[in-house]
Amino acid sequence: MSLRLADIAVARGGVPVLSGVSFNLPVGKALILRGPNGSGKTTLLRTIAGLQPPLSGEIEGAVDAVAYAGHADGLKSMLSVAENLQFWAAVYGQHDIAPALEAYGLAPLAGRLTGTLSAGQKRRAGLARLMVTGRPIWILDEPTVSLDTDAVTMFANAVQRHLATGGMALLATHIDLGIEAQVLDVAPLRAVASELHGASDEAFL
Amino acid sequence: MIALLLRDLKLALRAGGGFGLGLAFFLILTVLVPFSVGPQSALLSSIAPGILWLGALLACLLSLDRLLALDFEDGTLDVLATAPLPLEAALAVKGLAHWITTGLPLVLAAPFLGVLLNLPPEGFGWLVISLLLGTPALSMIGTFGAALTVGIKRGGLLMSLLVLPLYVPTLIFGAEAARRGAIGMDAETPLFLLAGISLGSIALLPFAAAAALRMTIR
Repeated sequence: MSLRLADIAVARGGVPVLSGVSFNLPVGKALILRGPNGSGKTTLLRTIAGLQPPLSGEIEGAVDAVAYAGHADGLKSMLSVAENLQFWAAVYGQHDIAPALEAYGLAPLAGRLTGTLSAGQKRRAGLARLMVTGRPIWILDEPTVSLDTDAVTMFANAVQRHLATGGMALLATHIDLGIEAQVLDVAPLRAVASELHGASDEAFL
Repeated sequence: MIALLLRDLKLALRAGGGFGLGLAFFLILTVLVPFSVGPQSALLSSIAPGILWLGALLACLLSLDRLLALDFEDGTLDVLATAPLPLEAALAVKGLAHWITTGLPLVLAAPFLGVLLNLPPEGFGWLVISLLLGTPALSMIGTFGAALTVGIKRGGLLMSLLVLPLYVPTLIFGAEAARRGAIGMDAETPLFLLAGISLGSIALLPFAAAAALRMTIR
């Protein structure tokens, strides 16, 4: 069960940003997206996660298989770390949050309200959420923001373990995680103004 | 689904969750009415059902902009949209959580506030029944309005403008049932219509709300 993109074009705010994106991500592999700010990495990841439809092209293997971690962590500040993770585990039909707490060194923080954590600790809790989903494809948008070097190592180890157990990962990041991965530079795939531009819904966006 | 309901209820009860805000507003509004219209018990008792219904409606409206906006800001909606739970079910559950934290306390508090407005004794039962049947519609219509405006900065006022006209039928039949009950007339017809509005809202609006939300989070 691999993730395959065929000639995908994506738009943000009605303006096409990327076109002709094709790749094949087999089981156990990672793909790192690179490109300058505004090149459409986030838009592409959101499209693969199913949060917005592609302008054209086909995505295979993503439905009900992805766990998405965007810029926001999806954690409630008035719930404790453990309560947040238990909630997401229950939504995804899982139960055990102990491995996720352990992988990111969150066990001592499990009872703390998420709102009282530092930015890096909160980020770690947000990344731990992926581990309780039980989904094979991790989609990570700038996962290492506000993480220190130790936490980046924890994250890299978690991704390695996920890949080793038959998972896949799709990352947009600029730092070297030491993970063996394909790299896709999206800068040359920038969409040119075309007949897609000015589609009927543009007036509303 | 139960996890989402329990989480929303837990959040409402924690600090800053806004539980009791609508109830306090309802209380203050009904206390202020006798001050503004004067101590004429006959007049108060004839306007009591309408005032109580209007107060309940506005109290419901007050907490709607928190219904989805907080989940939108912290990224929870993005994750929910990719979760195995259908977005329709998630929104129906959020509407239910809103009803339990806002609508149900209003229903329970209404008879006590009816005393303040000199509501005739035979009207209390009908008031509670009409609110019990009508407030679910207020929560579901509100969920739809919140889904329409969730991406907009300070969309609360816009949401009120969109939602209030949609509340009109619920208000008409709800207040009519309570009024008829209070003066000893047959209140069944408006109650049936009110129940119809609620059931229709619960059946249809989660789909409309999910469609609106998919547009706003893309």
